Amino acid sequence: MHAEIGGKEILKGINLEVKPGEVHAIMGPNGSGKSTLSMVLAGNPAYTVTGGEAEFYGKDLLAMEPEVRSHEGLFLGFQYPVEIPGVSMMNFMRAAVNAKREYFGEPQMSASDFLKLMREKRAIVELDNKLASRSVNEGFSGGEKKRNEIFQMAVLEPKLSILDETDSGLDIDALRIVAEGVNKLKSDNNATIVITHYQRLLDYIKPDFVHILYKGRIVMTGGPELALDLEERGYDWIKEQVDSQNL
Amino acid sequence: MNALQQYIDLYSDHGSLIHDHSCPTLNAHRAHAAQNLRNMALPAKGSENYEHTDLRELLEPDYAINLARVPLDVNPHDTFRCDVPNLSTALFMLLNDRWAETDISRRQLPEGVIVDSLAHAAETMPELVGKYYNRLADPANPLVALNTMLAQDGLFLYVGKGVKLEKPLQLVDILQYGMPLLTPRRMLIVVEEDAEARLLICDHTQNPDVKLLSLQTTEIFVGRNARFDLYDLEESSRLTTRLSSLYLRQEAGSNVLLDGITLFNGTTRNEYFCTMPEPDAELHLYGMGIEDDDRRLDTYSRISHEAERCHSEELFKYVVDDHAVGAFSGRIHVAPGAQKTEAYQANRNIVGSADARMFSKPQLEIYADDVKCSHGTAIGQLDAMQVFYMRTRGLTEQTARTLLKQAFMADVIEGVRLPALKDRLRQLVELRFSGASGACASCRQECPQAL
Repeated sequence: MHAEIGGKEILKGINLEVKPGEVHAIMGPNGSGKSTLSMVLAGNPAYTVTGGEAEFYGKDLLAMEPEVRSHEGLFLGFQYPVEIPGVSMMNFMRAAVNAKREYFGEPQMSASDFLKLMREKRAIVELDNKLASRSVNEGFSGGEKKRNEIFQMAVLEPKLSILDETDSGLDIDALRIVAEGVNKLKSDNNATIVITHYQRLLDYIKPDFVHILYKGRIVMTGGPELALDLEERGYDWIKEQVDSQNL
Repeated sequence: MNALQQYIDLYSDHGSLIHDHSCPTLNAHRAHAAQNLRNMALPAKGSENYEHTDLRELLEPDYAINLARVPLDVNPHDTFRCDVPNLSTALFMLLNDRWAETDISRRQLPEGVIVDSLAHAAETMPELVGKYYNRLADPANPLVALNTMLAQDGLFLYVGKGVKLEKPLQLVDILQYGMPLLTPRRMLIVVEEDAEARLLICDHTQNPDVKLLSLQTTEIFVGRNARFDLYDLEESSRLTTRLSSLYLRQEAGSNVLLDGITLFNGTTRNEYFCTMPEPDAELHLYGMGIEDDDRRLDTYSRISHEAERCHSEELFKYVVDDHAVGAFSGRIHVAPGAQKTEAYQANRNIVGSADARMFSKPQLEIYADDVKCSHGTAIGQLDAMQVFYMRTRGLTEQTARTLLKQAFMADVIEGVRLPALKDRLRQLVELRFSGASGACASCRQECPQAL
């Protein structure tokens, strides 16, 4: 896949296959295209796909509107969850849940079932009840915002979750809670792509594969040991290796 | 013929008809108003304070005026259902400028409260009405002069000293006619010392296929330590023009809320002139405009702080879409000696399409040195990242935009001090943004689209 924003090509040929039950980690230096990849897969209209294709359970992902990708089971956990003053968390989630049900031709969820669902999913990430009555992400701490992302993931039950630097801005306790939340939601039927800068998160969320993204391409793929290698040696040796090949 | 001249001629030719169908208190001011009009020209579009409203064009059409006050064969209580029901209000109606009350409403009023046809009140209580009528509105304002020359009736609300009116009052103004009609309405509101009242005015047009013009002047006197809320809700039609001039005078320690809510309209100019000549008064001036298609809303406000320790909060918000035009011009004037004034003005707007236009002119003039004041404006678009975030959770782009526009209006709705109206307004704004039509709001057919 190739993609650009504002006329600048960021993704220069990404090949990646993720199967149900797998956890993939994507690592890479700043500016390598990690966030662009997540935005393109989720359908951010600011990005343009200039080549290639993305198939999601046999369907053309790139042909779908962002909301349809969500209904079909794609979830993006944002690096910077967006604050939406004036829209309550409750109304937002009710609209999200019912939009998905409508897509599958199901009736709207009853108020009591909805409240039960909220309670149940909140527990997974120890999200405070009081946050539910507030506006979406408004005034949430960094940790609360990230927990809120995982809470929404729990409610929407996606088949593929892309977690974009979910560990950034988290202290050790928050990191543990978020990672445990992700692990609880893991099953043989869903998959996760974890985008991260640091190996630290992978101590909690065990990846099956680690990919290194550099200059818009996946330049190396390995097992969990690759992340440990990076932690020790940094990215420079990979940069040198790739840049010398391109000369 | 020039737009203004036709009305001056009308008065010259049919002055006696106007006099015969009104009352001495109102008639006493007509000749002077007519003389003022002869000596003035309507301000040209683009002139100071009329940058975006063309009074000449708006007053140009050949409107009929019901000078002989021929009653319409319609009982609005039968044909009309207001959009804000169950407010537990005492309900009064003006059909065009004609008073159409029910006895029930009047019986519900406590001692010391008068709600009446202005003409009838002026007939039966000439001293009381004469003491206030046309004492506050500016005779040099062409809209006021025109109204004073032509108005034959309207509302008189009087709340006596110390009377605390628990129930909100509701006045439903209906425009209804088979051909283009100009309706001059006059409203006079007096809330005496220590009294309290809340009034909701709902402006409706019942015939959306005809050009109708409502020309209204409102004078409000609020006494010492009194409290008064006015909610002015417009749900008219594309072909309706509303030219409204409101004058407020607040005495010491009084607390007033004025809220102008424009949900559906055609072309509207709302003018607010608020004066605080005595200390410790508090004013909340709020408004919202939801403008789409080719609707136009122009707000002009002037708040004069003339005494110490007065406090004013002004907030107007607009969402303009399609080809709509919004304009806001607000001026806060802090006079010499008005120390410890607190005056805050804000105008915030969302422009939702390339062809929509928003003009904003916040102004602050301060001639005292110990004050806290601010003024500002912001014009922008819906945040693309907020829309995208909501879409990734499964909301359609349309739903996301609707929710964000509703959210944008939340703080204006929060300013409403009547809980039942606040809830209803939230629903009406939601309906408005999700595309319900204005005609639905006032129709009595129980179709599923209406609530």
